Amino acid sequence: MTNEDLQNIITGLGTDLEFTTEGSEFLNVIVPKEQLHSLCSQLKSNPKLKFDYAFCITGIDWVPALGVIYHLNSTELKHEIVVKVMVDDRENPTLDSVHDIWQTADFHELEIFDFFGIKFNNHPKLRRLFLTPEWEGYPLRKDYVDEANMIIK
Amino acid sequence: MTDQEVQNKIKTEEYFINMGPQHPAAHGVLRLILTIDGEIIKNVEPDLGYIHRSIEKMCERDSYQQIVHLTDRMDYLSSHINNEAVCLAVEKGLEIEVSERVKVIRTIIDELTRIASHCLWWGVMGMDLGALTTYFYAFRDREMINDIFEETCGARLTMNYNVPGGLMFDIHPNFVKRTKDFIAHFKTKIPEYNLLLTDNVIFHKRTKGVGIITKEDAISFGVSGPVARASGFSSDVRKHHPYSAYDRVDFKEILFTEGDTFARYQVRMMELWESVSIIEQLIDNIPEGETKAATKAVIKLPKGEFYQRVETARGELGVYINSTGNKNPYRVKFRSPGFSNLSILNHISKDVLIADLVATMASFDFVIPDIDR
Repeated sequence: MTNEDLQNIITGLGTDLEFTTEGSEFLNVIVPKEQLHSLCSQLKSNPKLKFDYAFCITGIDWVPALGVIYHLNSTELKHEIVVKVMVDDRENPTLDSVHDIWQTADFHELEIFDFFGIKFNNHPKLRRLFLTPEWEGYPLRKDYVDEANMIIK
Repeated sequence: MTDQEVQNKIKTEEYFINMGPQHPAAHGVLRLILTIDGEIIKNVEPDLGYIHRSIEKMCERDSYQQIVHLTDRMDYLSSHINNEAVCLAVEKGLEIEVSERVKVIRTIIDELTRIASHCLWWGVMGMDLGALTTYFYAFRDREMINDIFEETCGARLTMNYNVPGGLMFDIHPNFVKRTKDFIAHFKTKIPEYNLLLTDNVIFHKRTKGVGIITKEDAISFGVSGPVARASGFSSDVRKHHPYSAYDRVDFKEILFTEGDTFARYQVRMMELWESVSIIEQLIDNIPEGETKAATKAVIKLPKGEFYQRVETARGELGVYINSTGNKNPYRVKFRSPGFSNLSILNHISKDVLIADLVATMASFDFVIPDIDR
């Protein structure tokens, strides 16, 4: 399916969705965080889309907002899109978990929580996965400073 | 009382036990917190980070040429393939087309790397299940591949042979001959491997029906590589998104449907033959040409996002580069096959014996630096 066809179908799945293909090989869908879970579950269940394979989930720090990027693939229909979601609150960023849609999100969300501090609602057990429980700060954020262990240019 | 009722009645109290971080079956520093009832596993919780180096953060500091050298410290048994992933992503961003010679050489070395990795896996899988001889057989043959690598690029494991735009230098004059010698030798050894382990009845009893993954679970958990193909999930990046010279070679994607430990074992054993076949198709036809396309000394990718995936010996490695147009990337993410494969371990290990978990983990072929990055 071409990106235009995908865009036409996905437009009807939510409100205020933004689409772009600029600077990317995939169709990018930017979704408001309130609609993340409902859009994702429809992306998987819609018979014309069937995005059943989340092959990459990335946390990112777009200063000042934080965000998550979902790379999705349909193993049956062979098309791919990218879903992006942003959260402005740096103190207490919260998004809905999508682990009930793609179970791989369980671990990837733990990794994002560990390094970016984004909390996921309804995650089965949100915890520090790589770092120790008492670790302060979130190392992959752009404003993280660790004078002992980082070479700051 | 029936046997089952007796068994239910003599339940012991559940307790925690640490498997690792220093456990021989983990092949590295992986800590699994097991909740067990007697010898039955109730829950597996991985605790990671013992060798986390935050390669993704280091990438934000380094230039694109430097990033390549960090990646072979992730999955050190697929180092050449990891290097290639970053190089392909950078080449995609710069819109450089590398020469045919580079593509073919990269593909040959990819497959040699895959054979070396599968050899090591075969050796330690036997060892995990108590068959020590496999280790010596496998390392004898793997040594020949490492010697070929050493002659061509100076390193045996962390090769650093790829650079954005091509290869660091041309292949050694002996490369073609030694590779052919190795292939001729190795084709007589795979049947020997099968005689020693594949047809062993004790091995069958330890692996058949153990750690079954269904196709739906494999897709949902993002499992890839031989583990996914053993469950019938066609996930070979070489087939679905061909890179380098994979679009012009003829090879089969090995698929099984059982999804158990023995199916994962068979996938890798048959992949050895496919790798041999790919090398045979290419080794006599290495085209002449440049080994490196001209790149600027300071590489700046245009603003945008670049995603490149490759098939390592463990599965799908994805490299996501987000560039703002500077000489450093804004964000780099490595979607490592081991991390996603590990996520299914708890799901398939409920109510199994501890010894079966060891067999299952052996068939996953974990490389811990690949999980920790």
